[in-house]
Amino acid sequence: MTALMTDTWWMTARRLKAWIRQPALLVITLVQPAIWLFLFGNLFKKVVQLPGFGSGSYLDYLVPGVVVMSAVSSSMWAGMGAIEEIDRGTLNRFLVTPVRRSAIMNANLVEQAVSTAVQSLLIVLLAWAAGAEFSGGIGGVAVLVVASVLLGAVFAAMSNTFGMLIRQRETIIGLSVFLLLPLTFLSSAFMAPALMPEWMRHVAAANPLNWALDTARAALSASPDWGIVVIHGAWLLALAVVMVGLSIRTFRTYQKTV
Amino acid sequence: MHAVEAHDLAKTYPPGTKALDGLGLTVGQGEVLGLLGPNGAGKTTTVKILTTLTRPDSGSARVAGHDVLRRPDAVRRVIGVVSQRSGADPAATGRDNLLLQGHLYGLAGAALKERTARLLDRFDLGEVAGRQVKTYSGGQQRRLDVALGLVHRPKVLFLDEPTTGLDPEARAAMWEEISRLAGDEEMAILLTTHYLDEADRLAGRVAIVDAGRIVAEGAPGRLKGELRGDAVHIELKEETAGASEALSTVPGVREVQVDGRRLSARADDGAAAVPAALAALDHAGIAVASVTVARPSLDDVYLKHAGRRFAEA
Ligand SMILES: Nc1ncnc2c1ncn2[C@@H]1O[C@H](COP(=O)(O)OP(=O)(O)O)[C@@H](O)[C@H]1O
Ligand SMILES: [Mg+2]
Repeated sequence: MTALMTDTWWMTARRLKAWIRQPALLVITLVQPAIWLFLFGNLFKKVVQLPGFGSGSYLDYLVPGVVVMSAVSSSMWAGMGAIEEIDRGTLNRFLVTPVRRSAIMNANLVEQAVSTAVQSLLIVLLAWAAGAEFSGGIGGVAVLVVASVLLGAVFAAMSNTFGMLIRQRETIIGLSVFLLLPLTFLSSAFMAPALMPEWMRHVAAANPLNWALDTARAALSASPDWGIVVIHGAWLLALAVVMVGLSIRTFRTYQKTV
Repeated sequence: MHAVEAHDLAKTYPPGTKALDGLGLTVGQGEVLGLLGPNGAGKTTTVKILTTLTRPDSGSARVAGHDVLRRPDAVRRVIGVVSQRSGADPAATGRDNLLLQGHLYGLAGAALKERTARLLDRFDLGEVAGRQVKTYSGGQQRRLDVALGLVHRPKVLFLDEPTTGLDPEARAAMWEEISRLAGDEEMAILLTTHYLDEADRLAGRVAIVDAGRIVAEGAPGRLKGELRGDAVHIELKEETAGASEALSTVPGVREVQVDGRRLSARADDGAAAVPAALAALDHAGIAVASVTVARPSLDDVYLKHAGRRFAEA
């Protein structure tokens, strides 16, 4: 156990060092969420007046949607890093050292978690500066960040698995092109579920992105519904555990094809 | 006990590329074995199996006494690997690469710092140690790769084509370095290469791989010595039937082989055999473009065992 922890620590430190070396990247990942916030925030300002929408300010409503969408969007690129490390031979170099396989994957996850958390917090700050209000307070924001980190883990693990198995950059690009927008629009990110067509509501109920939003919105409301937070959060956690387990198993498949 | 021992390794990659076909080899303690073969012969696949990166379909192997299939963890602790592709992290500095590598073997603190400093110094990387590896020259990067393989003082070192892609100057420097490593009695080295001169120069013993199996094995001097006498190479003006038969009639000329316009044979005394050989060909009405006589080289060893010239394999 301690060996796994020290392995994870060193592998994570390597990733975070690389990450800190390019602060520009963080700014770039914030451009898109900012555009969503201000464009959609203004374009659909009046949406809240629709009967049944049930929220005072559209910007307030939009923030969790943009946070969660951005978490998915950036996590889906994780597989690119995996492919790059395979192509360069870095992964193989690690695999012939005594380092635990799970430590390699843990390091990916921790890096992903840290960057998703930072990104989410920055979006929240951006929105707050633009006048958004967070009735749920610090606790609500914390739940939002945790939910987006878990959701990020789900998609980062999925992307890593595809990257290691298929080893083609096009697959990763395809994955995000095909999944990101449908997942986002088949959720409560931009539109209240009450106003969705019936079939869409059913699809949304099975959408992990929506689970994260349910969790976050329940915690962010003026009177948080902790039951929903716990139950939907637990679904999300369970899915993240399954996906991460799957991605660690992928190492074995990978080593058969080396 | 051998440092490396492999028996009957076989591996087929889907959909049906036979990379290894019953390969066996040994490397003694403190020995340098040169695994020599053309591209695609199965050298890297052998290294991948012996270093626990991948598994053979059948066969067995032990490294430093540990079974690679049953005790991969034990094997990983005692081997150093310099693979064909550099595995260094280009975004990290040379020093950080070395420090991380040390951490992964459980080294830490002052001992690791000192070890890293020594290696940087020894491989002439002191000046660039603080720079990102992506700014390194090919030679610097390759020297860092070797240093990475040595951080934990392995008992068995695997060098997969350590000089491929280097310019002549960088190659000479790398040879120098490997020769020094070879002097270490504690460490066994398995070196793969597709350069005949490299195997000749660095390896105490050479194993020639062709199509996934070892076709000849021994000290370079002995392998060449087995080819008694000199190599006679004759190039014809054009491919002609009957050339081989005509040459075979010359006394003292053996093992005639034809490869298009090129004839190769062995003769106890090459210089003495040339006039008779030319006369025999002339008599048969075959036009000769050039004749060379050479001391046997590993290329000739390869030709004898694999049935074709190394460069054409
Ligand atoms: N990962 C792989 N997938 C499919 N085929 C492979 C793979 N690695 C090697 N091969 C094939 O196996 C054979 C042996 O390759 P290799 O061991 O790399 O040869 P060498 O190192 O001697 O050049 C080649 O035909 C090569 O194309
Ligand atoms: Mg190779």
